[in-house]
Amino acid sequence: MSIVIEHISKSYGKVNALDDISIQVDQGELYGLIGPDGAGKTTLFRILTTSLLPDQGSASVAGYDIIADFKSIRKHVGYMPGRFSLYQDLTVEENLNFFATIFGTTITENYDLIKDIYVQIEPFKDRRAGKLSGGMKQKLALSCALIHKPKVLFLDEPTTGVDPVSRKEFWEMLKRLQDKGITILVSTPYMDEAALCDRIALIQDGRILEIDTPKAIVKHYPKPIFDVGAHNTYLLIEKLNAYAHKHSVFPFGEYIHYTDQRDGFDPLDLRAYLKKEGLQNIHIERTNATIEDTFMELAKQ
Amino acid sequence: MKEDTVIQVEGLTKVFGDFTAVNKISFHVKKGEIFGFLGANGAGKTTAMKMLIGISAPSSGSAHVAGFDVYSQTENIKKSIGYMSQKFALYDDLTVKENIRFFGGIYGLSKDKISQKSSQLIEELGLEKVAKSLVGSLPLGWKQKIAFSVSLLHDPKIVFLDEPTGGVDPITRRQFWEMIYKAANNGTTIFVTTHYMDEAEYCDRVSIMVDGNIEALDTPKNLKTHFGSDSMNDVFLKLARS
Repeated sequence: MSIVIEHISKSYGKVNALDDISIQVDQGELYGLIGPDGAGKTTLFRILTTSLLPDQGSASVAGYDIIADFKSIRKHVGYMPGRFSLYQDLTVEENLNFFATIFGTTITENYDLIKDIYVQIEPFKDRRAGKLSGGMKQKLALSCALIHKPKVLFLDEPTTGVDPVSRKEFWEMLKRLQDKGITILVSTPYMDEAALCDRIALIQDGRILEIDTPKAIVKHYPKPIFDVGAHNTYLLIEKLNAYAHKHSVFPFGEYIHYTDQRDGFDPLDLRAYLKKEGLQNIHIERTNATIEDTFMELAKQ
Repeated sequence: MKEDTVIQVEGLTKVFGDFTAVNKISFHVKKGEIFGFLGANGAGKTTAMKMLIGISAPSSGSAHVAGFDVYSQTENIKKSIGYMSQKFALYDDLTVKENIRFFGGIYGLSKDKISQKSSQLIEELGLEKVAKSLVGSLPLGWKQKIAFSVSLLHDPKIVFLDEPTGGVDPITRRQFWEMIYKAANNGTTIFVTTHYMDEAEYCDRVSIMVDGNIEALDTPKNLKTHFGSDSMNDVFLKLARS
């Protein structure tokens, strides 16, 4: 077991940032913390990287206790915080050199591990970090978090605000790091990225909603879901919300995801209702639940 | 400019030194339309948007926003539009009510109008209990919903939304889009950027910028057909990676 979290709680004044969280991450696993802003993801990262003490509970990382062995943890983990926290006034190469030196190593010693990522920013190695684009900053931060060959890598929202192309590339990099045996705990507000993890914990308001593999989590969705479309989406949402038997109505890309309260729901009833309410080009079709559907259903409870 | 065209852009260009950030882009946006303005980081979206809202002069080309020229009538443009972004929305150190009063004042609304709009907004969003709380103490999703309502205070013709839902939870994100639909249905034009490709599907039409150029512009449905894709995410990846 690479990360063991047992009954961790943390409050800031009246706010329960984390409420009895327990998670176990296997050696070499790519594990996702999936949840929106304010879910408690950053608080959990700060506790695991020994920069914050929990109010209750215990945890260990790479076999070291977060309180008794905090110095060992710091040597063996890499941490990329959500906010860019490298030295803006140092160049790309100076930053990397700085972090290597702090950890008693050199760039050449572990170059192999960062090579894939670093070659993309190496042409700009004399540029100050503050002058890099968002995507390049992210690659430099990841290189710096990896330069001491950590056993466990913590990535706090590495892809927030990043476009879909760069996000895809970033996840391809993570997969390659995983192949090298590094355990990765990564948080993200993007539900589509959850599918790329081995296992995920859905988290909101400091509580874990569910833990499982991405494939298994969507199977827990309790109701049949239907794609509903019509000529006017605004009117459609209004009328679906006004329908007496609706359970949930959520826009989902091109269609609205609709679930009904009744067990023996017949889509023809809904079609007749929508037609009566003046909607045209009505489309109703059974569809599969996504991780986002599951998240919203659990968050509603 | 045709009666129902509220944004008209022809060959709009912005050059920084020898770098062309926006390269001769052209498009029209109709009244009440939800127009998605997509592109990778660094593709030129923000630069283009700054020209449209009148805070950055174009290098060449022309553009009219709400009937006003982006070179000579920027003050009129600013009065006719609303703006909110993920990074800047409201003042954290002011209460909900104070923010509404502040922005109402900035937009030149009368005291009576501000007080009327303020009550209306607080009631519509169900904020009675937190009206006197500092905005900084509210969850991000609430802030963004309030910020959107505030950007509509002066009944602008067009609202520019720059990644309005980043980091917001999935339920609130959808409630936010229901507010967008409602505003568009009332005739307000919505110009929105996002990195959530499911949100691109909610737009009437979508443009995709790559390296300063608009490489595609159509309804999400037509774009998917054209690129043989089943999602906007796939369309985006195909265009931005080619």
